[in-house]
Amino acid sequence: MSTHQPPMPQAPAAAPDWQAAPGGSYPGYTSPIPVVRTHLGHALASEWTKIKSVRSTMWTLGVFVLLVVGIGLMAGALVEANSDSASLSGENPLSFGFFGLLLGSICIITLGVLTTASEYGTGMIRTTMTACPSRARVLAAKSIVFFAVAFAFTLVTSGFVAMVQASMLDGTGARTPSGEDWLKATVGISLYIALLGLLSLLIGSVIRHSAGAITIMIGVVLAPLVLALFMVSESLNKLREWLFEYSIPNQLSVFYANSLTESGPSGWDPLWIMLGVTAAVYAGAYALLQSRDV
Amino acid sequence: MIELEGLTKRYGDKVAVDRLTFTVRPGVVTGFLGPNGAGKSTTMRMILGLDHPTAGDVRIDGTHYARLRDPLTYIGALLDAKAVHGGRSAYHHLLCLAQSNGIPGSRVAEVLETVGLTSVARKKTKGFSYGMGQRLGIAAALLGNPRIVMFDEPVNGLDPEGIHWIRNLMKSLAAQGRTVFVSSHLMSEMALTADHLVVIGQGRLLADTSMADFIRTNARSYVRIRSPQRERLLDVLHQAGITVVEAGGEALEVEGGKAEQIGELAARHGLVLHELSPRQASLEEAFMQLTAEAVEYHAHAGPAAVAHGWGAGGKEA
Repeated sequence: MSTHQPPMPQAPAAAPDWQAAPGGSYPGYTSPIPVVRTHLGHALASEWTKIKSVRSTMWTLGVFVLLVVGIGLMAGALVEANSDSASLSGENPLSFGFFGLLLGSICIITLGVLTTASEYGTGMIRTTMTACPSRARVLAAKSIVFFAVAFAFTLVTSGFVAMVQASMLDGTGARTPSGEDWLKATVGISLYIALLGLLSLLIGSVIRHSAGAITIMIGVVLAPLVLALFMVSESLNKLREWLFEYSIPNQLSVFYANSLTESGPSGWDPLWIMLGVTAAVYAGAYALLQSRDV
Repeated sequence: MIELEGLTKRYGDKVAVDRLTFTVRPGVVTGFLGPNGAGKSTTMRMILGLDHPTAGDVRIDGTHYARLRDPLTYIGALLDAKAVHGGRSAYHHLLCLAQSNGIPGSRVAEVLETVGLTSVARKKTKGFSYGMGQRLGIAAALLGNPRIVMFDEPVNGLDPEGIHWIRNLMKSLAAQGRTVFVSSHLMSEMALTADHLVVIGQGRLLADTSMADFIRTNARSYVRIRSPQRERLLDVLHQAGITVVEAGGEALEVEGGKAEQIGELAARHGLVLHELSPRQASLEEAFMQLTAEAVEYHAHAGPAAVAHGWGAGGKEA
């Protein structure tokens, strides 16, 4: 073996002498950026920037407002034009907001799913989790920001539609809505829709695929009703009724006290049902998020 | 400082990362080298707490990544340039990262300036070229002015100017005392930037050495000789005490750079030489040999054929 070494231009000038570095502490560069003990507030600010800086938020919420206001006003105008003083006697005039919100809920579902699933689709989730290693905090921040946005938008649009409808149908014999009617048709329904969106967000986090999660959520909304329509056999009557009563469209209509059936959920029941389901799914989504690789 | 201890990741029966133990130290650029599929990215994801190790442990300055409260000021990472929501502007992408770590918003403009993306800061990232995406990823890594930076294949898809820029950036970051950990599957690239070298193949540690040592042990120089009077030449060299290895075909190889001595010997004995060429086995070849058995995805040729194919391309000293 020869010891001859041709000159290597890429050879470093000197071997690093880190072996000489004292043990114990960790030497090296110190970042001039002040150390901050981050908390949920930082994650909330981050998620707020995220949700307002993508166009899909504007699209879904824009279409939502159009649907709820457009259909709500159309329904109000149609009913007003085609009814005399007797036909609506005793009806809750706010109930015509239902149709717009039923369709509009699909926009909220889409936005909810996109809030989580789109990060997996784009790879952004790796950046997010690197910046905030506490997965519990990421999920909480996303949930809070999304819920607040969905609730605020639904409250403002449903409130607007309810006010316009109430004044439109003033002379048609419909009853004057009570305080609870108002509360349920605005705050109640908004909480319900925002929870439905939050459920979608959690499903998006579990499924990690936008199209898949949106399809599942639309299925959850529509399937019980469609299935019930085909259950004509006598023996299935009980199941059929149950599917009808607890389907999401029927739960929505309970907020306007015009349920499709007499039995089943009433009053504020739908809100508690949705709250329970969402809490259970939240626990599941959190457990999966903790255990899975990003 | 990044410390790995017996770090292992299994996907079912397949072992992606196999009991890796090494330390990445501050002040130098540490190259993380291995063929495609060797487990480099999986290792980096485990360092960042994205993937859970099946066994073993990895710590950042003595702490698990998940316990870091403002991780971006500790460690900045470029995993892949596509880890961005294409519909968001570069500015907002960096802003939401800064906010999550309580980093002042003014840093966003600073890092955009550093990587040269200021003019497109408000543009959606889906319109970015690969190189621009890579620069945005580096901006995100530098956002917290971290003690440790980690780049996964940073020069991939960059133009020569961009490659040059990244090399200098990494060297200057290390010179400031930061820990720089950079992966690549190109030995030639590492030879230009890294001071220390960690080589893995099929998830196993193959080498953990300083670049200088690696070059000293692996950059073999030899003299290649061909002669029509092969047997006589062998005798002459033998008498002179020179060890000869019979290479493929007619050729002979002598370790070391003794071309002049061999030429003079041949002349003295009146031997005809058809070739007398001093050669330097490339670092790439050394790397190929080191990882030959550990290459995940072979082309049609077997490992030996691959190594020899590269040997023929050994450059002249």
